[in-house]
Amino acid sequence: MYIYILKRLGLALLVAFTVSAISFSLLFMAGDPAIAIAGENASMEDIQMVNDRYGFDRPIVVQYFEWLGKAASGDLGNSWYFDLPVSDLIVDRLSVTMLLGLLSISFALLLAIPMGVAAAMKPNSLIDRAALFISVVGQAIPSFWFGLILIVVFSIKLGLVPASGSTSWAHFILPTIVLGYYATPAIMRLTRAGMLEVLSADYIRTARAKGLDSRKIMFKHALRNAIIPVISLAAVQMGFMLGGSIVVESIFALHGAGFLAWESISRNDLPTMQALILIFSMFYIFFTFLADILNAWMDPRLRIA
Amino acid sequence: MSETSITSASTEKKASAPKKQKTPVHQLSPRAKMLHRALRHKGLLFGLFVMAIIVIVALFAPLLAGHDPYSQSLLARMKPPVFLGGTWEHPLGTDALGRDYLARLVYGARISLLIGLIAATISACIGTFMGVLAGYFGGRIDLIVTFFINVRLAMPVVLVALAVVALFGGSLLVVVSVLGLLLWDRFAVVMRAATMQVRKLEYVAAAQVLGASLPRVLIKDILPNVMNHLIVIFTLEMAHAIILEAALSFLGLGVQPPTPSWGLMISEGKEMLLFESWLITIPGIALFFLVLSINMLGDGIRDVTAPEGRN
Repeated sequence: MYIYILKRLGLALLVAFTVSAISFSLLFMAGDPAIAIAGENASMEDIQMVNDRYGFDRPIVVQYFEWLGKAASGDLGNSWYFDLPVSDLIVDRLSVTMLLGLLSISFALLLAIPMGVAAAMKPNSLIDRAALFISVVGQAIPSFWFGLILIVVFSIKLGLVPASGSTSWAHFILPTIVLGYYATPAIMRLTRAGMLEVLSADYIRTARAKGLDSRKIMFKHALRNAIIPVISLAAVQMGFMLGGSIVVESIFALHGAGFLAWESISRNDLPTMQALILIFSMFYIFFTFLADILNAWMDPRLRIA
Repeated sequence: MSETSITSASTEKKASAPKKQKTPVHQLSPRAKMLHRALRHKGLLFGLFVMAIIVIVALFAPLLAGHDPYSQSLLARMKPPVFLGGTWEHPLGTDALGRDYLARLVYGARISLLIGLIAATISACIGTFMGVLAGYFGGRIDLIVTFFINVRLAMPVVLVALAVVALFGGSLLVVVSVLGLLLWDRFAVVMRAATMQVRKLEYVAAAQVLGASLPRVLIKDILPNVMNHLIVIFTLEMAHAIILEAALSFLGLGVQPPTPSWGLMISEGKEMLLFESWLITIPGIALFFLVLSINMLGDGIRDVTAPEGRN
C-alpha cells in the first residue's frame, strides 16, 4: 500500500511540474510581457526599464525555474493589476471557491445517489425515466445560461434569493444548484449502472435466497459495493468543478478564485493567471490522487497496479 | 497476392467481430440488423431529427433569415418577438442594436456547428493518434501517452482557453484551435482502451504474420474496428466544444462581436435581463437543443453499434 501511494505521489508531482511548465511557456509565448506592461506605444527605454525590473529578456527556461523555485516556497510574485502579492489574493479568495465546491458536490451527491439507486431498483419505471431526464438535460444545458435563467426566475420574478454577491449564505444557493447540477449526470449514471451490476451478482442472489429483507440487501450489501467507484468519481468531479467555477462565479459575481481568474484574464494580469492555473491544476491532481488512494484502500485488488 | 488475401480475410472478420452472432433471430446481414435497431431507437431518431433541422437551417441561413444579421437599425430596437406582441416583420424581435434576432439566431447555428465540427476534428486526430499508438504498442509508449493524458486532464480547460484567447486575441481561428488542442483527452483514453482489445484479436495477429506493414495494420485492421467508439466520442466532444465556445463568448473572450454567436447573444442579452428575458431565452434554447440532439445522437449510435452495452 505504501509503495503504491509513493508511486502515485511521484506521478502526481511530475504531472504538476509538467502542467506548470506548459502553462508558463504558453502564457509567455503569447507576446512580450514587457510590452504588455509598458503599453503598446512605449519607448525602447521604458521597455528596457521593465525588463530590468522583471527580467523578461532572459531565456524563458531561466525565468521558469526562478518562478518555480519561488512558487515552491509560496512566493507567487506580485499581481500586475492589484499590486499585491498573488498568494495573498488567492488565499483570500480561495475559501469562497472551496465552500462553493463543497456545497456543490454535496448537492450533486444528495441528488444523484438516491435517484440513481431508485432508478436501478426499478428499471424503466417512472423514477428511472425521471432520473434519465434529469441527467440528459443536465448534460446539455449550458451552465452559464442555466444560471441566468435561475436569476430571472428566483431573483427577479420571485425575489426569493439575491442574484449576485458573496456576503451571505443565501448568495450561495443558486451557484450551488448550477455547479452541483453540472456534476450530477455523471454521478447518477454511475450509481445506477453500478447498482444494476451489483444487484445481478451472485452474493445478492444468495442473500435473497437466504430470505433477507430486501431493503437490507439493498443498503447493506448492494449500495456499499456500488458506491466505491462513485466516491472516486465524486473526487475527480470536485477537481473539474473548481476549474468550472470560473463561469459560475462570474455570473453570480461570487468573489472567489474563479472570479479572480476572470478578472486577471480580462486585465492581462499574467502572474495571477499563472498562479491560478497552477493552483487549479494542483487541486485537480490532489483530488484524483485522493480518488486513487480511496479506491485502493476500499478495493485491495487495485493496489497491484 | 498476399495483399488481397489479407484484405478479404480481415473484412470478413470485421463484419462478424462486433456482433459475435449470439442469437440469429432473423437471417439479416449485420448491417441490416443495425439499421433495424437504429430505426427503433427513439433517442437516436429524436437526435437525428433535431440535428437535421439545425443543419438545414445553418446551410440555408441566407434563405431563412429574411434580414441581414449585421445590419443595425436605430428605429427598430428591442422589438419584442411575435409571441410577446411583436409583428411578423421581426418574428423573434430585434436586439438592442436593432438587428433582427431570427437572422442572428439562424446565422449563429453556422458558427456553433462550424466550431463544434472543426474543434472535434482536430482533437479527434490528436487523440486517436496518441490512443491507437499507446494501445497498440503498450509498454513505454503507453506510459508516455498516459502521462500526457494525465497532464492534459490536470489543466483547467476553461481557464487555459480563456487565458489563451485573451492573450492571442479572440477570433474564430484562435477559439477553434484552442478547443481542438484541449479536448483530445477522451479520444485518447477511449481509443487506447479500444485498441488494446482489438490488438489481441486473431486477425490482427494474422495480418502481422502475413507481413503487413505497421501503418497497414493500424489503418486497415485496427482503425475500422474502433471506429464506432471514435464516432461516439466525436459527438460528445463536438457538443462539449459547442458549449465551451458559447461559454467563452459569453465571458467576452471567445468569438468577438458583431459575429452572431449564440453565447455572445446571451451575453449581450444579459444587460437587459431585468425586462427583456426573452433575449437570453431564445439563443439559450437553441444552444440547449443543439447540444441535446448531438448527445442523443451519440448515445444512440453507441447503443446501436454495441447492443450488449445498453443500460
